[in-house]
Amino acid sequence: MFAAPLPMHIPDGFLSVAVSIVFWVISVIVIGISLARVNRDLGERQVPVMGVLAAAIFAGQMLNFSVTGGTSGHLLGAALATILLGPWAAVLVMTCVVAIQALIFQDGGLLVLGANLFNMAILGPFVAYPVYKLIQRISGGKPWGVFVGGGVAAWASILVASLSCAFQIALSGTSPANVAIPAMAGIHALIGLGEALITVGALSLVYAARRDLLQTGSAQPVRNNTAVWVGGSLLTLALVILSPLASSNPDGLEWVAEQAGFLETARDPSYNIIPDYVLPGISNEATATILAGVVGAFIVLAAALALAYARRKRSA
Amino acid sequence: MSCVVEVEHLSFSYPDGHSALNDVTFSLGHGQKVALVGPNGAGKSTLLLHLNGIHPRQSGSIRVSELDVEGKNLPRVRALVGLVFQSPDDQLFSPTVFDDVAFGPIYQGLSAAEVHTRVEEALEMVHMEAYIRRVSHHLSVGEKKRIAIATVLSMKPDVLILDEPTAGLDPRARRSLIELLRELPQSMIVATHDLPMVRELLPRTLVMDGGLLVADGPTAELLSDPALLHDHGLEM
Amino acid sequence: MHANFLDPFQSRPSLVHSLDARVKVVLVVAFILTSALTPTGAWPIYVMLIAVIFSAEIVSELGLAFYMKRALLAIPFVLAALPVLFTIPGPSLLSLPFGLQLTQPGLERFISVALKSWISIQAAVLLASTTPFPDILVALRALRLPRLLVAIIGLMWRYLFVMVDETLRLLRARSARSATAANPALRPGGKLTWRARVAGGMAGSLFLRSLERSDRIYNAMLARGYDGEIHSLPVPAVPPSAWAALTFGLLLLAFIIAIGRLIY
Ligand SMILES: Nc1ncnc2c1ncn2[C@@H]1O[C@H](COP(=O)(O)OP(=O)(O)OP(=O)(O)O)[C@@H](O)[C@H]1O
Ligand SMILES: [Mg+2]
Repeated sequence: MFAAPLPMHIPDGFLSVAVSIVFWVISVIVIGISLARVNRDLGERQVPVMGVLAAAIFAGQMLNFSVTGGTSGHLLGAALATILLGPWAAVLVMTCVVAIQALIFQDGGLLVLGANLFNMAILGPFVAYPVYKLIQRISGGKPWGVFVGGGVAAWASILVASLSCAFQIALSGTSPANVAIPAMAGIHALIGLGEALITVGALSLVYAARRDLLQTGSAQPVRNNTAVWVGGSLLTLALVILSPLASSNPDGLEWVAEQAGFLETARDPSYNIIPDYVLPGISNEATATILAGVVGAFIVLAAALALAYARRKRSA
Repeated sequence: MSCVVEVEHLSFSYPDGHSALNDVTFSLGHGQKVALVGPNGAGKSTLLLHLNGIHPRQSGSIRVSELDVEGKNLPRVRALVGLVFQSPDDQLFSPTVFDDVAFGPIYQGLSAAEVHTRVEEALEMVHMEAYIRRVSHHLSVGEKKRIAIATVLSMKPDVLILDEPTAGLDPRARRSLIELLRELPQSMIVATHDLPMVRELLPRTLVMDGGLLVADGPTAELLSDPALLHDHGLEM
Repeated sequence: MHANFLDPFQSRPSLVHSLDARVKVVLVVAFILTSALTPTGAWPIYVMLIAVIFSAEIVSELGLAFYMKRALLAIPFVLAALPVLFTIPGPSLLSLPFGLQLTQPGLERFISVALKSWISIQAAVLLASTTPFPDILVALRALRLPRLLVAIIGLMWRYLFVMVDETLRLLRARSARSATAANPALRPGGKLTWRARVAGGMAGSLFLRSLERSDRIYNAMLARGYDGEIHSLPVPAVPPSAWAALTFGLLLLAFIIAIGRLIY
């Protein structure tokens, strides 16, 4: 029940070490920038505001509505947070949510947390922001801009995040690009509709009760968010253009990666080497496995003994 | 005589093993208004949540208007039992008062015209017709309480269940809520710590303590028994 | 309603529980890294990793069954790795309909991924269920996470239970009014978009109330002299026994990595 509903929290084991580290670096940099921006915009109010809203988004992810036959729609909340708080604060709020989910509830892995943060806490707001602002601008400040903009932003944030998730998995060699990308995109194009509907519902409540929060220039400072505009648009375009390329043929991603010269570094060197087993003194793999099993059994036995000993000492 | 609510030998333990109800038996006739009193943690809210099946029954039986509160009957039972939660904020989750009061009827699949009539009738019963277009978020606690009652009246329940309706109200709001409850024709069970209201409004009283139903009788009698009041932490 | 069941921490007087949280965080991450670095098909290494994590689980006194149940969480995601069964070229083990060939390297790759995630998630469960959250926060601070982020996460944890309670109450109030009509011919449930809008309304009101609550919290903080600076007591030094555990653990993991790299 508390597992987040989206098949988007990558567990440990699914990404190669290289991919994990690259995304850790990117995420740390963006979160660092967000911390500085929010510090400037909100000042000392930021701790209570960010903390409480992160708790609210975490809890809000439990809200659902039934779709059909036992399936239900859920909220991820990145777009909603972006619209109400601005992109930088949304990055921080989502960072706390995704980090706590991994650290405390094992929803998503720890080594791959950088990648999960990138997809859900960074890409989500970075995609939602330009989409929402663009549609709102087109609407000329009419109310439909808020709702259409919010809905499309919510849908896009889910879809693009899932594309990025599929890319990470494919780059790690855990799933072929021509399967992972269309599958993730297909599922999340639908899940994104649920996100869009709930987001519009939430926006209409906010619109009725606290319209001031939706008027630019009040709750969220709108100073110079060019970085989000440019970064978000570029990332969205890149993922949307690369996806069909990468999934068009069985080697699509390899092609993309080769062009980028990324493949060799992305995959663990050991990945392509089918084990050619040589252990000095032991002639075949079966024996080695048995040996490892024996060693393992001894370790577990030792642990059990240590435990028994510790207990005796305590009760003595 | 047929009863609106019949509870027999109901026991319940929370998942952590805490036993919150212990062999509770009582029944409620049509049009009867009873008080449910007892100290904090007595099990009042737990009992109320059983009456429309939010807590699944563990042992014993519960019947509402001749329906077993169980399994496939639950969707129907939830229309017959109007459960008003202690905090109106939990109950009001839509943008406007209209949307909130219309939730039950829309969910039931009623036609648009009928939904409108139901909403208007319900708001009229709580004297809040003028609030139909208001935003729930901005109402005062007393107003929210009335709207919360309207959100269940719009389902035309047989019995109203109210959990601490006067908690947090100022004297004037409390007074007008009491008058409202007096006017409403439905049977009702009111869990409360407000004994003056019980004396004034509810002719029959159930006393709970530690998960047990320890007394059931005419309010005037029970409330003038100092030993009983003292034993169960009640004060006039 | 009490959302306390959310907190995965389970108090026991075990050695794992009493290990310094900083050391535990580092060891758990190092362990997951080790499993990530383990080559595909290096079965003996996986056996050793399983032995190590099982040992820690036994010593934690929570029972292996507890860990096995929690570790099931990662299962649904394994679906994502299924296609490699058929797409990595190599000797075919089994021919399936639609021209799919189950290959040996595909199978090895798949089992390795599944094992890695199963092993790693157990380590994460171990950390969360043997370490009280405040200790994890101190560990994060000691590991140089920005103070601001630690403060935000700390406040989030404090209000998480309040918000989850609030959400559960909202959901409960909704189901209390989700009823069928007296006329059985009417289909209950309303339109899909309407149901979504109701859920959205709940999300919106949760959000607004939190925003207003955060104002009150801020005022309460100001009233007690908060000036935007996060002050905290200095983190106590790591005791020698914890250093020893850290060194031993890291050496063990380095040894396992080394074997994996040398042999495969
Ligand atoms: N979700 C829960 N899990 C475990 N125990 C619970 C839970 N909810 C309530 N309890 C316990 O069950 C007992 C009865 O609680 P209940 O809320 O029914 O009391 P109450 O009579 O309504 O009290 P109050 O006057 O404070 O509202 C209490 O001891 C309470 O601690
Ligand atoms: Mg109660």
